[in-house]
Amino acid sequence: MRIVLGKEQIESAFKKKVEILSNQRILSCYQCGKCSAGCPIGYEMDYLPNKIIRMLQLGMTDDVMKSKTPWLCASCQTCTTRCPREIDVARVMDAIRIIAQVENRSPVKEIPIFNQIFLKSVEFTGRVFEVGVIGAYNFFSLNPFKDIPLGIKMFLKGKLSLMPHSAGNLRGLFKRVREKEKRSAVSDQLL
Amino acid sequence: MARIGVFICHCGSNIAGVVSVEKVVEAAQTLPGVRVSMDYKYMCSDPGQNLIINTIKEQGLDRVVVGSCSPRMHENTFRASVERAGLNPYMLEIANIREHVSWVHSDNKDAATDKAIKLVELAVAKVRRNEPLQKMYAAIEKRALVIGGGIAGIQAALDIAANGYKVMLVEKEPSIGGRMSQLDKTFPTMDCSACILTPKMVAVAQNKNITLQTYAEVAEVHGYVGNFEVKIKKKARFVNMAKCIGCGVCTEKCPSKKTLSEFNANIAARKAIYTPFPQAVPNIPVIDKDSCLYFATGKCKVCEKVCPAEAIDYTQEDEIITERFGAIVVATGYDLYDHSRYGEYGYGEIPDVITGLQLERMINSGGPTGGHVKRPSDGKEPETVVFIQCVGSRDDAKGKPYCSRVCCMYTAKQALLLKEHYPNSQAFVFYMDIRAAGKGYEEFVQRVQTEYGVVYLRGRVSRIYEKKDHLLVKGVDTLSGQQVEIKADMVVLATGLEPKKEAQNLAQLLHIGYDQNGFYTELHPKLAPVETQIAGVYLAGCCQSPKDIPDTVAQASATAAKVGALLSQESLEIEPMISEVNPLLCSGCRMCYHACPYSAIEMEDKEIRRGDVRCVAKVLTSVCKGCGVCAAGCYCKAIDLKGWTDRQLMEEIGVLRYR
Repeated sequence: MRIVLGKEQIESAFKKKVEILSNQRILSCYQCGKCSAGCPIGYEMDYLPNKIIRMLQLGMTDDVMKSKTPWLCASCQTCTTRCPREIDVARVMDAIRIIAQVENRSPVKEIPIFNQIFLKSVEFTGRVFEVGVIGAYNFFSLNPFKDIPLGIKMFLKGKLSLMPHSAGNLRGLFKRVREKEKRSAVSDQLL
Repeated sequence: MARIGVFICHCGSNIAGVVSVEKVVEAAQTLPGVRVSMDYKYMCSDPGQNLIINTIKEQGLDRVVVGSCSPRMHENTFRASVERAGLNPYMLEIANIREHVSWVHSDNKDAATDKAIKLVELAVAKVRRNEPLQKMYAAIEKRALVIGGGIAGIQAALDIAANGYKVMLVEKEPSIGGRMSQLDKTFPTMDCSACILTPKMVAVAQNKNITLQTYAEVAEVHGYVGNFEVKIKKKARFVNMAKCIGCGVCTEKCPSKKTLSEFNANIAARKAIYTPFPQAVPNIPVIDKDSCLYFATGKCKVCEKVCPAEAIDYTQEDEIITERFGAIVVATGYDLYDHSRYGEYGYGEIPDVITGLQLERMINSGGPTGGHVKRPSDGKEPETVVFIQCVGSRDDAKGKPYCSRVCCMYTAKQALLLKEHYPNSQAFVFYMDIRAAGKGYEEFVQRVQTEYGVVYLRGRVSRIYEKKDHLLVKGVDTLSGQQVEIKADMVVLATGLEPKKEAQNLAQLLHIGYDQNGFYTELHPKLAPVETQIAGVYLAGCCQSPKDIPDTVAQASATAAKVGALLSQESLEIEPMISEVNPLLCSGCRMCYHACPYSAIEMEDKEIRRGDVRCVAKVLTSVCKGCGVCAAGCYCKAIDLKGWTDRQLMEEIGVLRYR
């Protein structure tokens, strides 16, 4: 594939958004590849982390958006810890996920669904309610019967509870965060 | 009967690890004339040399053979020890059993030992016929010649002059200053080039120890270290330097303005009578005969009419002066690669594809565009500029396999300057590797990318297409694995450095060597980086290899130190191993006269016997280098090379024959 390069691409709005959201300077990267060398999930990625950064540098927005790499990133921060140019790569991946989520352009559906359900569970019970999370995830990812055989076995051995064990809800905290997000000029401007 | 001592060195395990030193010692014992034969771990060490000295004294030896490394390495060391023991230093022969034996025959130890024994035998045979030779001394002319008035030559001249010696600085162009005077800023500190160079140029002009010869070239070089005789051609300036006051009226009024200015890298015109740039030293114009109307048509003479000092002199002619020097510094600098050999960059025919030096002249506020970058095609300010590195560097197919060392940095500098001049511009740099190894260089390149937003693309450009009002640059970025296409307003080629076109000519005048790329060869790449194989001739700057300004200045100062060490000596020792003519045998055929590469043979009428005067060859002892070409070519066997006489060599061959 041939890409067209110019001032427009180099100063793309997408790159600027990522830079502001992650508070990182994408042009600092000199492509040494240390992030990719240590990435524990690199073998599953369509583009290695350094290449995602390179694509950001050259304004290849669509390719970054289509890539599964940011969604596979486990935020283990190995890359962040090792980057010689002190770029927080994990945070850059996070920024890409946020933008994709807001613009509804995520290339994978399941991972954002899981993230949402996980957070909901935390919001209401203060911890993860396994049966609820598994059930809801399987339902929304259109595979409702997936874990039923194993689920029954675990239930019989007393490993799963049908009712959530509440550790006190965190609704107050989530509310404050949402309000803060709303007030924030950054997200206003960007998202 | 000769009394010979044989000393075999182990050189640690270098020799002893392959050659059976005991067997060599044993074999040497039986050779005719050998009184004593022994070995030692390191013969060149202090105890090793003392062993030789003491044995000579105790055994009353008169000749010595050392079986060790090459004569180039330690012959002088052992000559000195033989001399300290009271013998003539030339009663010594070296059998090279390291480079010629142990290092090359480690796979067959028995054969290696045999060869070592044979070499020792040869050396013993030869040393039997050695005769004492007397060292000769020559006076030193305490003056230095510096060829080339760029920053290297300027620095060398200033440093030699500071040591108290007289210097003549010869520059081909009308002014000193060289390439550095063409530059705008210097990386990585962004000092203004002219601001740091001009004071040095003025210092050269004002220094009492320095004589400046601009618009002059070296025409002939004779002689040897300490006593060079150099003919310098002063090209006709057609301006009387004594009368000219440097007012510049002649340049202003000259009607000829079609010639491209070499100083401005051909992006602007100059007059027929011109000074290359305003800060020129000396600030005296020259008339370029080829573009002057008067010389072409016989009419005009405008400059003569307007000159208030009556300095114009159309009758001047080239003048040859002969000067004597003790040392010569070569600092001839570099040319830039001609990019018209690259088809993918438009064969030099696309007007908006320019060289780095042309951009440098544009961006310089003293340049022809007053510091504005303008596209040559339509004079528009460029917005998107593509820089291409390694044009004529690291390209075997173009015969330029070497890295030019400065292009990465000057490209980064120019991209930065462009962004500073035009904040709206966007620069792209195509590179293969970034080589920024100097002090502060890597940080500079990173700053250019992060702070100035210059985008570096790792890859090459495949083609530049000329479109209606822009250039389409197609290439690749291997980091993203994508082919890329850039709509550019201008393309700047980082052309590499190559030796001056006249460099090989000068090398032949001086008898110094040059490598496959045309750069002058230093005596030793690590341990003698400013000397050449011709004693008394030194190198500074880019004529030796591409280098940046800090390295050039450092090398120039190093050269000056070497020149100082040479000129401070009272007199010079000359090797006595030179040719000798036996006039009784000479037929005067002039074979040697024509064969000698150093012009060290003279023909003279000599009275051989009473009343018998013949024209015979004579060796100029101070010029002869002892190469032996004359001896080999002499039909009458009238010439012998001292230290390598026919008798000595026949003795060696005899050893081989009777085995």
